[in-house]
Amino acid sequence: MTIFEDIAMEENNAFWFDCGPVNSIPPRGARTVRTPRREIAVFRTASDEFFALENRCPHKGGPLAEGIVHGRKVACPLHNWIIDLESGAATGADQGCARKFPVKIERGRIYLDMGVAAPA
Amino acid sequence: MGQIEKFPETSRLVVIGNGMAAGRALEELFAKARKPMKVTVFGAEPRVNYDRIMLSPVLAGEKNFDDIIIHDEDWYDRNGVNLRRGEAIVAIDRARKRVETAGGESFAYDKLVIATGSLPFVIPVPGANLEGVVTFRDLDDVEKMDAAARKGGHAVVIGGGLLGLEAAAGLALKGMKVSVVHLMPTLMERQLDASAGYLLEKAISARGIDVYTRADTEAILGAERVEGVKLKDGRLLPADLVVMAVGIRPNATLAKSAGLDCNRGVVVDDLMRTSDHDIFAVGECVEHRGQCYGLVAPLYDMAKVLASELAGDNPQGFVPAATSTRLKVTGIDLFSVGDFSDDDENNEVVLRDPARGIYKRVILRDNKIVGAVLYGDTGDGAWYFDLLKKGEDIGAIRDTLIFGQAYQGGSPLDPTAAVAALPDDAEICGCNGVCKSAIVSAISEDGLTTLDDVRAKTKASASCGQCAGKVELLLSSTLGDAYQKSDRRPMCKCTDLTHEDVRGFIRSKKLKSLPAVMQELGWKSSGGCPSCQPALNYYLVCAWPSEYVDDYQARFINERVHANIQKDGTFSVVPRMWGGVTTPDELRAIADIADRFKVPMVKVTGGQRIDLLGIRKHDLPAVWAQLNAAGLVSGFAYAKAVRTVKTCVGAQFCRFGTQDSTGLGIKLEKLLCGSWTPAKMKLAVSGCPRNCSEVTVKDVGVICVESGFDIHVAGAAGLHVRATDLLGHVDTEEETLEVCAAILQMYREEAAYLERLYKWVEKIGLERLRATIFEDRQAREALYQRFLVSQRCARRDPWAERAAGKHLHEFTPLAVISPVARVAAE
Repeated sequence: MTIFEDIAMEENNAFWFDCGPVNSIPPRGARTVRTPRREIAVFRTASDEFFALENRCPHKGGPLAEGIVHGRKVACPLHNWIIDLESGAATGADQGCARKFPVKIERGRIYLDMGVAAPA
Repeated sequence: MGQIEKFPETSRLVVIGNGMAAGRALEELFAKARKPMKVTVFGAEPRVNYDRIMLSPVLAGEKNFDDIIIHDEDWYDRNGVNLRRGEAIVAIDRARKRVETAGGESFAYDKLVIATGSLPFVIPVPGANLEGVVTFRDLDDVEKMDAAARKGGHAVVIGGGLLGLEAAAGLALKGMKVSVVHLMPTLMERQLDASAGYLLEKAISARGIDVYTRADTEAILGAERVEGVKLKDGRLLPADLVVMAVGIRPNATLAKSAGLDCNRGVVVDDLMRTSDHDIFAVGECVEHRGQCYGLVAPLYDMAKVLASELAGDNPQGFVPAATSTRLKVTGIDLFSVGDFSDDDENNEVVLRDPARGIYKRVILRDNKIVGAVLYGDTGDGAWYFDLLKKGEDIGAIRDTLIFGQAYQGGSPLDPTAAVAALPDDAEICGCNGVCKSAIVSAISEDGLTTLDDVRAKTKASASCGQCAGKVELLLSSTLGDAYQKSDRRPMCKCTDLTHEDVRGFIRSKKLKSLPAVMQELGWKSSGGCPSCQPALNYYLVCAWPSEYVDDYQARFINERVHANIQKDGTFSVVPRMWGGVTTPDELRAIADIADRFKVPMVKVTGGQRIDLLGIRKHDLPAVWAQLNAAGLVSGFAYAKAVRTVKTCVGAQFCRFGTQDSTGLGIKLEKLLCGSWTPAKMKLAVSGCPRNCSEVTVKDVGVICVESGFDIHVAGAAGLHVRATDLLGHVDTEEETLEVCAAILQMYREEAAYLERLYKWVEKIGLERLRATIFEDRQAREALYQRFLVSQRCARRDPWAERAAGKHLHEFTPLAVISPVARVAAE
């Protein structure tokens, strides 16, 4: 018996974690998912696309989930680095990349694959 | 499986449903060479197959039923179809391969097609079953609406999507007073972005239809017949007819009771086969790879696949393609296709023509079109759709792409040369109809040298300002080197307009939402950027205090969660201490909270209050609730707003004090607190010219003297150090309060976002401020009154609202996943 069985489904070696209904994140907003290893920011754009990045700006570790979401980008709240939500990469002259995680929406719910191996 | 089995000689095909998908499948099937087949179609509606999409024009009276028939009686006869109209199927017996009608008859099938379509979704509110509540799905519904419209009165349409708006427009044409109630902030949000949604709302409103967005229906009122609709915010709308048009859901009831695999819809594979080898499904009742469909194009694609499969042609499976949307309301032109999610200037091209109400946006990824939204001029929709489907690289035509197909082929022009090459009668300013020659001759004959001159003389660029860039090019081409380009700095890369321009237009054109500003002022991006979003939000809050709904997603995190973000992602919390005065009870409460939440640092601020640093975000609501319980409210230490009024002890204790500076400071802070300002705003009151409260480096300060109060402005002690200027002298406390509030309001109304008060005063000149505040009693009184109006809307303690649960999503994680806590999704 896995400890994740209630909230995860396995498919193509991915573990999709049910993170709740789509409407729990406001458009142009973000919320976090806490895991033992890291915090993940799940973003919702104005046009209802969802993205997930590790909640750490590649610059100084700022919490990206608190930034202003515009288009497919977020502005880090600490020093205004602009991070591309799709790739996690800093844009413009800045260099660095936040780790990205796959997200999918099914039947109005948000599923996140954190790339963790199945617990034995 | 893999291999297609041929049907027996005269196989019996039974189709449940006589809608558009079923009709198209049969049409495709009959066109194919195949073995003879005995076809029976059961339709619950008592009619032949008609074009459901065209029900809106029928409602509007632009077409009648005969016009929208797809298959007439003759077609069924010609193809040997046994049409059993008005006969619903109530059961499928898969073991015996038979279907049973509502009348109890039973029919055998070899192959069965389920095409039961969808059902309109009826929101489960009290009163939803009252007489006079209808859906918009079939001809019966249209006839009910038609009958109601003939009696006149009020109609409320719930749902501002495609169907709802078409119903609303039809009913309005028939003379009803129509309101549309829509849950989301913009209409048709699934097919349009906010800018196009804004234009659509404008066009719908112009037809006399009242549009209520962000409106959640609480109940439908009435004893037997519907009498009104009650919204959750308390508003009551009168109604003689209520149309529910909030969406559809696949009708899979029959399939489900027959034991076929169903989720939202009947689950089919790529060949439209259900979990039973001899049963197929097609149309809106289907779920294919987790997706259900409601637009006609994919349904027709499914029909084609199904027909080939039934004919034994071994078809390619169904592949969902991009679909485009149009609204069928005469006079409203809109088009959207593909992915029109938000993006920035790198991945989108935007063209707006505010004077003609046109908005065009093409979304690109890697030089390929992935989506388009067009409003007002949809002529090129098909061209963009075609480029999208073909996946063509548009890199070479990117610069002219947005002007449409007719403009392709030429080489892109240098903008200066392009403006210079325009004919004399070319219109430069579309809003005011000013042509090139009028501007050029005004420049040379009247000796105009600046954009403002041209604006004043010709009105060019005085309305939406979008042509300001062109006017500047004309100035430079007419004056040559003599033209000194003004140092007007555009607000951000989304516009050529300055902050002042934008503020002016927000008021003069009565723009009351972010999409309205962006469309009417020709924004170059679809949704703004982190620089203009907070600025526009502030300008709208300031201009329309009682009407504008503050958009918290456009605010910086500190203002969104009412605390200051720190470098480690924790927050600092500063309660207000009126005039820097506190009590033992307040201090005890703060100490208890610091203990309870293990606050890492408690620090005294420069604004005479206490800062609790290092509070974790999810603890904020609890911290605020406990501070509130002790009577402490938000100090706005995080905001572009009135921060503190620093005071000295004044006449109450100090041997030099001339007035009660502490008391005045408290009164001042109570009057001004909660007000949003362009940048942070610090004040002080000193009891004597020794100035212990540092008035002379504050934005606004009061120095008490024996004869009254000296009002100082425009100090700074941060990035820049600047001593205040003396603005004037007043005799009474009351007048001091009114003067300070009037200064604050003038600053709120005129300064650019993030412009500190001292910068603004340097810009407008101290004399202008003095003249307005001290020499023009009417102006000062008007400013003061406007400030009080604004305060009536602003003076709520945001901490109390958050502690009571407002925007709770901000403070809790979406989910916590840990090996200990098994389920954490909320």
